Formats: sequence, structure tokens, C-alpha cells
Amino acid sequence: MIAKEVEIILARQWASYLAMPIFIVDPQGTLIYYNESAEHILGRRFEETGEMPVAEWATLFKASDEAGKPLDSDTLPLVIALAERRPARRDFWIRGLDDVLRHIEVSAFPLIGLGQRHLGAMAIVWEVSA
Amino acid sequence: MKITLWGTRGSLASPGPETARYGGNTSCVEVRGGDGTVLVLDAGTGIRRLGATLPKTLRRVDVLLTHLHMDHIQGLGFFAPLRNPNVEVHIWGPASVTLGLRARLSRYLSPPLFPVHLRDMPSTVCLHEVPCAEFDVGEFHINSSLVCHPDPTVGYRIMTPDGVVVYLPDHEPALGAQQFPLSQDWTSGCALAENADLLIHDAQYTPQEYEDRVGFGHSSLPQAFEFGALAGVKHFVPFHHDPAHSDDDLDRLIAETVTAVKPPFQITPGAEGTTFALGTAEGTPGTKGNSGTG
Repeated sequence: MIAKEVEIILARQWASYLAMPIFIVDPQGTLIYYNESAEHILGRRFEETGEMPVAEWATLFKASDEAGKPLDSDTLPLVIALAERRPARRDFWIRGLDDVLRHIEVSAFPLIGLGQRHLGAMAIVWEVSA
Repeated sequence: MKITLWGTRGSLASPGPETARYGGNTSCVEVRGGDGTVLVLDAGTGIRRLGATLPKTLRRVDVLLTHLHMDHIQGLGFFAPLRNPNVEVHIWGPASVTLGLRARLSRYLSPPLFPVHLRDMPSTVCLHEVPCAEFDVGEFHINSSLVCHPDPTVGYRIMTPDGVVVYLPDHEPALGAQQFPLSQDWTSGCALAENADLLIHDAQYTPQEYEDRVGFGHSSLPQAFEFGALAGVKHFVPFHHDPAHSDDDLDRLIAETVTAVKPPFQITPGAEGTTFALGTAEGTPGTKGNSGTG
């Protein structure tokens, strides 16, 4: 069995109680958990999808800037937090599977465990408008 | 291998006539290999009596600490091998985010809490931080990993050809779970405990007590049994008994939980002096306890 690290398990439990949408990815970028509040952004329930590799979950939404220009994935906060192991934040627009355009702010940070273990990254989403 | 329980109480030593059968000493378990290797799991107050039984010819002993809460280290200063200059005492335990194991242990093993510094113990003391890569001590192959309990805490999985014993004395896998248990991979400690021949696990509270103590780092008896079932263990030892639970309380609570949960494994309530033999003369993994229910 490949078990989740306890820091990740506790992060999931914590996120499951919060009303802000939260996404957690592992070091490979696999989306290993998103909370109920995040489900409407992706348009999928976690219980239905389970974990999703980056190639799958990255196609569930389209990110763009204020002018509607698509954003490169490597400019998104969660990708930066994971790849560069530093916190990142920006606001942008997102259109999920429900076809609603949302203005969101995303704060993402790497998850570093005891002994400096790199465990992945977490993104917290704040909806500016729906 | 032979496993002996020297201290089964949680949180606080609780000697007295009402705890005489299960015992009042805090967490300490001896694991002795067929080759004479001795592992000591935690250094609660039970370690003092254990130390007095070790052979005088012993030259190395390994103490595996799950964490550094007082009920798991209070006996360390009274562990006879630490005062023997002919013995190597290897202490394994978790560092914190900012302090190494030596600095953390020295907070207790130094004045004013203890009169003798760790560095002044006559034995040769070797410290090892966990969790780390799997390691070997004598015939034992050992894995450690962090588990859900306040402050850095590990559980241990000890493997030999005779079988597997897993030690999770302080563990709250149900913390924050909106339904428990979750799947194996999302449950703290489950990979360590998977298919263990013997699991020694936290079972401190009743369900009612747990409601008032969520986040304290311990399990209720039903949660502990559910965890054991999820991990597919064969033999379960409820451990780390609440200091307020008398022998009669424990008899009743364990019997009630067995009736309610109907766990699919053998149960031997953790009592001081209980021994388990892991493996058989034919070399087939399995446990034989000196008492058991369920």
C-alpha cells in the first residue's frame, strides 16, 4: 500500500471543514484531494473522480487573464508552488465544466514536512466574483 | 520473537489496587529476538522493571521512542543499562521541526527535571532520528513513519521471518475524519499496521470520552478496533489505557466493544506482564499470547 503522509492526511481533514475551495497535489502534480467547496470550480465531485493526474485535471478548466487571454499553466500559483517550492499568488479568471466564468484569487504554497520532506503543494481559492 | 508488556497505561502512571491487574506503569514493551537482540519500545515507567531483568552480558540495547511526551520517556533515567559503562544504548526517536533528538531529550534528562545529564550517563549513548530509511537491529528489520498524534510521533513496524509486530501506542487516526475509517491509504498508520501479526494500539477512551477529547491524540476502543480491521491485523492488543479506568472498567469496556464491533481478529487486552510469542517452532508466523479474548 502506498500511504499518504500524515501531514497530507491532516491537510485533507482540515480542508474538508473549510468553506474556501482547496486543492492538494502530490510532488508529481497529481490532484490527490479537493474539498467540497472546490468541487463546483472543477464541476466534478471528488468522490466521483478520486485522484487525477495533472494531465487530466488541468483540462477541466480554462484559466485566462482580464482580457480573456489564456494563461500558460506554468504561471499559475499551484504550478509555481509545486515546481519552484515557493509560495505564489495571483488573480485570474477561470471557466470550469459548468461554463461559468469566475474571477478568483489563488494563494498556493509548497507543503514541506518534517525533515524537509517535499510533500506537494496546496492552493486556496478565493472567489472575487462568480 | 518474544514480546513482553512492561507498561500499558497511558498519560500518567496509575498504581493502586484498582489497576493492579492491567498495571499502572506507562508505555514500555520489550521485543526480544531469538538471537538475543533486545528492542525496548518506549521508555515509560515500565522500563525500570524491564531493565532489571536484562542479562548482565548484554552489550547493546535499542530503545525505540515513538515520541517524547512524558509518559513515554519518564523511565529513561532509571533504565539500568544507561548506567552501565559496558553497554551501548541506542535511542531512536523523532526530532522536531527545530530541535534534534539530543536537544529534545536533554530537556528532560537535565536539571531541574532530572539530576543527571544525558551526556553524563556512564553507558555509550547513540542517538538516531526517526522517521528514517528502514533500518536493521540484529534480526529485526524496522520501519518507522509519522502518525497522527500531537507533536512529532512515529509508529514502528518490526519485521522478522517469525512475523510482524506493530506498535502504535499513541494514535488518533480518526482525527478530523468525517467518516471513519477512510480508505487504507488515507488512514494514518495503516500502511505500518497492514496485515500485522500483532498490533499494539492506542485504545484509551470510551466513545463518550473521545467526544470531549478530540485532538488529544488518542483513539476510542471502537475506533481502535475499526483501525485494526481496516489494516487486516491478526491479533490486537488494546493499549495505553486511560489512567482513570480501573481494571473492572477495562474488563467491561473491552467486552462491550467486542460485542458491539465484532472485530475479525484475536484480542488480548494489554496488561503488564503479558507475553506473546511470535512465530512457532515450525517457523510459521503467528502469535501465542498468555491470555486472550475475542
